[in-house]
Amino acid sequence: MRIFRYDKSFEGLLTAVFDAYARKTFPDKLLGPDDPLPLFVTECHQVVTDSAKADRVWRGVYARSSREVCHMLSCVWLSEMPACEELLLRYLRKVFDGSPAVVTDFSDPDVLAVKKLADKVMREREYMLMFVRFQQAADGTFFAPVNPRYNVLPLVVRHFSDRFADQRWLIYDVGRRYGYYYEQGRATEITLTGTETQIPEKLTEAQMADEERLFQQLWKNYFEAIAIRERINPTLQRRNMPRRFWRYLTEKQ
Amino acid sequence: MKEQILDKLTILAESAKYDVSCASSGTSRKNRPGMVGSASGWGICHSFSADGRCISLLKVMLSNNCIYDCAYCINRRSNDVRRATFTVEELVELTMGFYRRNYIEGLFLSSGVVRNPDYTMERMVRVVEKLRTEHRFNGYIHLKGIPGASRELIERAGLYADRMSVNIEIPTEQNLKRLAPEKDYRSVYEPMSYIQQGLLQSAEDGRRFRHAPRFTPAGQSTQMIVGATDESDRDILQLSSALYGRPGMRRVYYSGYVPVNAYDPRLPALKQAPLVRENRLYQADWLMRFYGFRVDEIVDEASPQLDLEVDPKLAWALRHPEVFPVDINRAEYELILRVPGIGVKSATMIVAARRNGQLTAAALKKMGVVMKKAQYFITCRELTMPGVQELRPEYVRRLLISPAGRKGADANQLSLFFPE
Ligand code: SF4
Repeated sequence: MRIFRYDKSFEGLLTAVFDAYARKTFPDKLLGPDDPLPLFVTECHQVVTDSAKADRVWRGVYARSSREVCHMLSCVWLSEMPACEELLLRYLRKVFDGSPAVVTDFSDPDVLAVKKLADKVMREREYMLMFVRFQQAADGTFFAPVNPRYNVLPLVVRHFSDRFADQRWLIYDVGRRYGYYYEQGRATEITLTGTETQIPEKLTEAQMADEERLFQQLWKNYFEAIAIRERINPTLQRRNMPRRFWRYLTEKQ
Repeated sequence: MKEQILDKLTILAESAKYDVSCASSGTSRKNRPGMVGSASGWGICHSFSADGRCISLLKVMLSNNCIYDCAYCINRRSNDVRRATFTVEELVELTMGFYRRNYIEGLFLSSGVVRNPDYTMERMVRVVEKLRTEHRFNGYIHLKGIPGASRELIERAGLYADRMSVNIEIPTEQNLKRLAPEKDYRSVYEPMSYIQQGLLQSAEDGRRFRHAPRFTPAGQSTQMIVGATDESDRDILQLSSALYGRPGMRRVYYSGYVPVNAYDPRLPALKQAPLVRENRLYQADWLMRFYGFRVDEIVDEASPQLDLEVDPKLAWALRHPEVFPVDINRAEYELILRVPGIGVKSATMIVAARRNGQLTAAALKKMGVVMKKAQYFITCRELTMPGVQELRPEYVRRLLISPAGRKGADANQLSLFFPE
């Protein structure tokens, strides 16, 4: 079995593709720095991440496919699914070696898998646009803890920067322990320090801005009032708004 | 002020909730420097209420006081309900506070008729004017046009609103007058045509001057109440189809009549809103807008009512077995789209994928085709099922009616919303 070891970054993966073509050998398996070696290893190549090489591969993909395909591939990477790196590797080989039409050949299991996984990630992204709830803290910052299934924060920063351009906000991925802080036209990736303890779902009374409680109460009232009692349909509600998001929804607390 | 505004919001949201048009779609607009907010092309739902409906906009009335007495309306003057009125400032604060917390896409504002149509419309215009100019609000605004409002006010409103709507409510004028004696079609169609003219005018100006102000960029919509009067689905859909023929008419909404005033003898005694019928109308509407169906293909003199047991697309296919089977590997996109079980998404994928070679049934399934339905209407490689022609439409119909559909008109839990 042929093994490539890389640093588990997207650039690293693209560098691995570059190396594979340069060496004319393709790995049967990709491993991270600390993964144990399988039993029968015929060859083990250490990939050294190189942004110039990664860039060349990425441009190559773009030239041979389209923006949409590149976007799908980024989404697949952000899914962080265990099998996604090898899926990407197989897919990229098909893009480079196959006909240009291969990216629309949905009868190919890898092509279909990439599309399906990318769709799922985009769906999760959309859930963030829908269900992020800001609470205004005493210092004026709008704070939203989230816990998405896939690593989609990088895909939503643009939307929120655009929409809430004149307010300071922080969207924090509680599970992955990082977030984006936005102020005056710039969003910065940050990690809250001293938070080995859990990030709160809700600010405490003391941490809140003056009007925050009132607005939360208003929103809850509105949420109750707008439901048509003759048409109560919890199944439909749960399908549209899966339970896993309720924890962070003001109206569901 | 706090207790009071909580109370007002409850009252005025309760009063507004029977209005169905929740979607905030139609405008795509990036943030502009110095402004708050953006609008994304399709409306984002921010929550779903206990009835499962999308909450996208803050949907409230400015006031639920009303001088009219429409039989189908909870706010009619003869009803004994709690009344409230927002001040312009309250409503503006509320909208901004909700928007900044990502609760909503924007505001949907309607109102009962206070004093007279123009008095009411003027206050509504002041709310949106203040939002746009003082608070630099760049989110979505849907504004109800009050029947009977003057041209001047509608024109002012259209400069700030993304979409406006004037509701027809009842599909024939004669029935409208019976249930809402103070209204007639003129009071509805006039503001409608002011909006239409405003839109056309701004499109014209837009061609000539670069910075011409935009007028209701998301067009207008309207709503009909279904089941409060005796019009057939054909009456309703023909009216919709005619309305869609007008420039700028983007959506017609159908609202299954919720028996809010059961005591009124002019209204039918219903135990429940006709939800299945409402759903079928939306499906039919969808077919007209996205699937290239003409209204007379969906309902005609022979069958003026939509079939409650099967969706209108399947119903059409069963009435036209001669069109099938469709060859998935050869047929044109439009025809593939007519196959029950194939939606816009899978049809697009089929047309793209088949360039790489013949498609099999397994491949279709993976692309999201509902083979349970589609199998009777297609041929593709390796699929030799007997089709609708051999099996006869009546038989296929029986095979495909879901157990939920068999229960008939009042099934509450709808699963499939749009036909595929
Ligand atoms: S005018 Fe509007 S608010 Fe007033 S009774 Fe009629 S439908 Fe209701």
